[in-house]
Amino acid sequence: MTTTEHVEVAVQAGSPLRPASGHSIFAGRQEGIPVVFEKSVKGRRAGKLPALDVPVMDLDEIIPASERRHELPLPELSELDVVRHFTRLSKRNYSIESEFYPLGSCTMKYNPKIDENVAALPGFRNLHPLQPAATVQGALKVIHDIQRQLAEITGLPGVSTQPVAGAHGELTGILMVRAAHLKQGRMRRKVLIPDSAHGTNPATAAMAGYESITIGHDRVTGELDFEDFKSKLDDDCAAVMITLPNTLGLFERRIEEICRLAHQVGCFVYCDGANLNALVGQIRPGDLGVDLLHVNLHKTFAVPHGGGGPGGGAICVAAGLEPFLPAPLVVQAADGSFAYDAHRPDSIGRVHSYQGNFNAVLRSYAYILQLGKEGLGELGANAVLNANYMRALLADDFTFYVDRICMHEFVLDGRPFKEFGVRTLDIAKRLIDHGYHPPTIYFPLIAPEAIMIEPTETESKETMDAFANALIAVAHEARTTPSVVQNAPHMTPVGRLDEVRAARQPDLRWLAPVS
Amino acid sequence: MSGFISTTPAERDVMLSRIGVSTIDQLFEDLPTEHYRPDLDLPAGLSELETWQLLRKLSETNLDLERHPSFLGAGAYRHFVPAAIGHLISRGEFLTSYTPYQPEVSQGTLQAVYEWQSIVCALTGMDISNASVYDAGTGTGEAARMACALTRRRRVLVLDTVNPRYREVLATYASGPDIDVETVAAFTSRPDGTLGRVTDFSTKIDDSVACMIIQQPNFLGWMEQVEGLSDALASVGAILVVIADPVSLGVIRPPGAYGAGIVVGEGKWTGGPVDFGGPLVGMFACRKDFVRQMPGRIVGSTIDGDGRKGYVLTLATREQHIRREKATSNICTAEALIALATTIYFCHLGPVGLREVAEQSIQKAHYLASRISLLPGYTVQSTAPWLYEFPVHCPKPAAQVNEALLGSGIIGGYDLGLEDQALAHSLLLCCTEVTPRSDIDRLVDVLGSL
Repeated sequence: MTTTEHVEVAVQAGSPLRPASGHSIFAGRQEGIPVVFEKSVKGRRAGKLPALDVPVMDLDEIIPASERRHELPLPELSELDVVRHFTRLSKRNYSIESEFYPLGSCTMKYNPKIDENVAALPGFRNLHPLQPAATVQGALKVIHDIQRQLAEITGLPGVSTQPVAGAHGELTGILMVRAAHLKQGRMRRKVLIPDSAHGTNPATAAMAGYESITIGHDRVTGELDFEDFKSKLDDDCAAVMITLPNTLGLFERRIEEICRLAHQVGCFVYCDGANLNALVGQIRPGDLGVDLLHVNLHKTFAVPHGGGGPGGGAICVAAGLEPFLPAPLVVQAADGSFAYDAHRPDSIGRVHSYQGNFNAVLRSYAYILQLGKEGLGELGANAVLNANYMRALLADDFTFYVDRICMHEFVLDGRPFKEFGVRTLDIAKRLIDHGYHPPTIYFPLIAPEAIMIEPTETESKETMDAFANALIAVAHEARTTPSVVQNAPHMTPVGRLDEVRAARQPDLRWLAPVS
Repeated sequence: MSGFISTTPAERDVMLSRIGVSTIDQLFEDLPTEHYRPDLDLPAGLSELETWQLLRKLSETNLDLERHPSFLGAGAYRHFVPAAIGHLISRGEFLTSYTPYQPEVSQGTLQAVYEWQSIVCALTGMDISNASVYDAGTGTGEAARMACALTRRRRVLVLDTVNPRYREVLATYASGPDIDVETVAAFTSRPDGTLGRVTDFSTKIDDSVACMIIQQPNFLGWMEQVEGLSDALASVGAILVVIADPVSLGVIRPPGAYGAGIVVGEGKWTGGPVDFGGPLVGMFACRKDFVRQMPGRIVGSTIDGDGRKGYVLTLATREQHIRREKATSNICTAEALIALATTIYFCHLGPVGLREVAEQSIQKAHYLASRISLLPGYTVQSTAPWLYEFPVHCPKPAAQVNEALLGSGIIGGYDLGLEDQALAHSLLLCCTEVTPRSDIDRLVDVLGSL
């Protein structure tokens, strides 16, 4: 089909006016943008350096001839070529700034612009990580303050912002668990992980040298199978990793009991903080008995996700685990000045080359300062309000994997559409024609054909109304004109891409054509 | 209303009624009541104006490198960043998009990652690159784990001329899976301040070794002697892992040319400000036959149903969301935006621009070294070819020298005594293309007056 035909089919099927954003990713099929190397013109260049202001030595006297490089196959472009190329690429992206991004478990909230200005301040950007502490007191104060803020929000007093991503925080935490057991002379082998957990949990346990033991879930409540947990919990368990609320968007109502039982056998409770957005200001995991938790700063505390990072994965721990935090920590001396505390004999060591993603931490710091005590309370409350409102809007047209009040997100069941030959993937792709990034799909793994929706607290009622209408329209199309749904998306620059071919005939880099 | 929430009280009531409850508290009935709604010990929220004033003022308490001469490198280098980069990566479409899970609406990020992978391969001379790891330190840890998985061995050699911070991260990453990391001496120091180097590692290399990790140029700024190293390792089935500085790759031969199996690099300094050391971005590249053990996301080119070219995340059966405990790594969110900045940097500079950055850095550092070597009591401690960084043996402890420099408004070099007491008089100094001659001359004057 030609682009026009695609659009006709789409429109005939009751689709969609172009989304109000007028975004070009919904304008139908488009020509590809050449790889930047293909635009290279020999001899072209952007910018220049000042003339060298020191006496010039012969480079051959500095670098042995055998070590010199003779060809460097980078593209040769003007600045306008570069700016236009990457601006064009940017226009092939969906983003929060122009659209609603209901990706479950990803917390795609608005990223305030003032945080960008703060992060761009020269007095923060142009600091060398190895400058003497006395010359970077402002930066150390930021780190020290956010350590205290996160401690207060999570109820866990020991904090390091050195981990730079959620999975990195997990690894830091589980290595601390390992160090704490070893310190007691205990060599434990197992980590308990619910079957609803993110894949990073078992992968982390393996990286830390542990065997993952899967705990089942209760099909009715959507919570962890408590009996299964009890039967698998023993004194060979180093930790149990719980996501709170869990990945179905439900609060684990027996969390305090889980913590109590785990502690009875000397097992730590690790909380995956990916879903912390629901809890901020409502409850502190530390108060429930959780021992460790990582905070995804790029989710809960508004660091822009950047297409896949940078983020932040601050680790927060109970008092007894503080000695094992990564080194160095930023501490405040009696005179009020800030310093690095590198002398931490029980520390697991360093997990990042320097102090973690400082420039991301700075954004979260600005965000928390602006929210303050009341704003943090409203954050979690509105995240949960919005999710339940969205859930109510969809209740007549969809079934839920578990049908009860949810926290910050919920999971739709895509299975009822199978009788029309439509799968969750098709619904997701058709939603794109209606101008929306699809929710998270096929996760959690325990919910077959899952469609997981997280609106976040920053979205307005009318945005959620419009999205729900679009999803309901897709459900209607699935029942009445399934082929339009099965072949979607029709309005994007490219159609569904052949992922099997991508994996079987890997083309992972540009190579100059053989002349 | 605060916290960037748009729902008004009237709208909230309509929403609650649609849900079928009358208060927000009813949505939280699953939470234990005794801990519900804690009284957080935090101050009231600030306005945008107050936030800006507070943080701008705080930022000005730092001594920043734009306003103070600095010769501090030791792994973190300040290079000039063309204005276009900041503007392009600040575009909301790049800044506020998620990991590209839905390729049809993420072709911008996906193609940019494909271009990053292509550039990393071009620079390093390797076959395959991933979409990025957190930084060169964690990349070193991942490389060690990958080499152990590939060789089914548990012993890793790392030269003591590798950045000490990368070695610390390596030790942390190795502690979980019980990888045995052995530090191998690659330099010697004598009390008179002369440094020597070790180039024969044959007694260390045997068939229990998974890999040897080297840094080129090394932490002291010197070029390691790499000839024959990969052959010696290959003869016992071990892998050469090279940590490379991308600027150096504008003038010296790529690790792929001397037999590296895995290459790690810090991509942050080529495309972004030093940022107090983060966010960084780790380059991670390897030989084609190693790809199935590679950590992290990989983007590949493919076609849609009409044969149109497009890009997708691929080879995901290595990754945590598919393989869970059998994944090659737990990495998920990495450093996409910083990788994008670096990609744009290399496109902006091109081969000629990158070579100029490297050459100017080298020329300025060698000018500094030639001037310091004329100062009584100072010795330039480089016994091997070196590029833009070098140790100087000072007449006083390096810590005192740095303190005196700071008193003159100069951020000095890196005190190597922090790593090794035997080097307490050694100061590691670096220049890049942004170091003006006037700063160099001033440094020499102050050093001469101490």
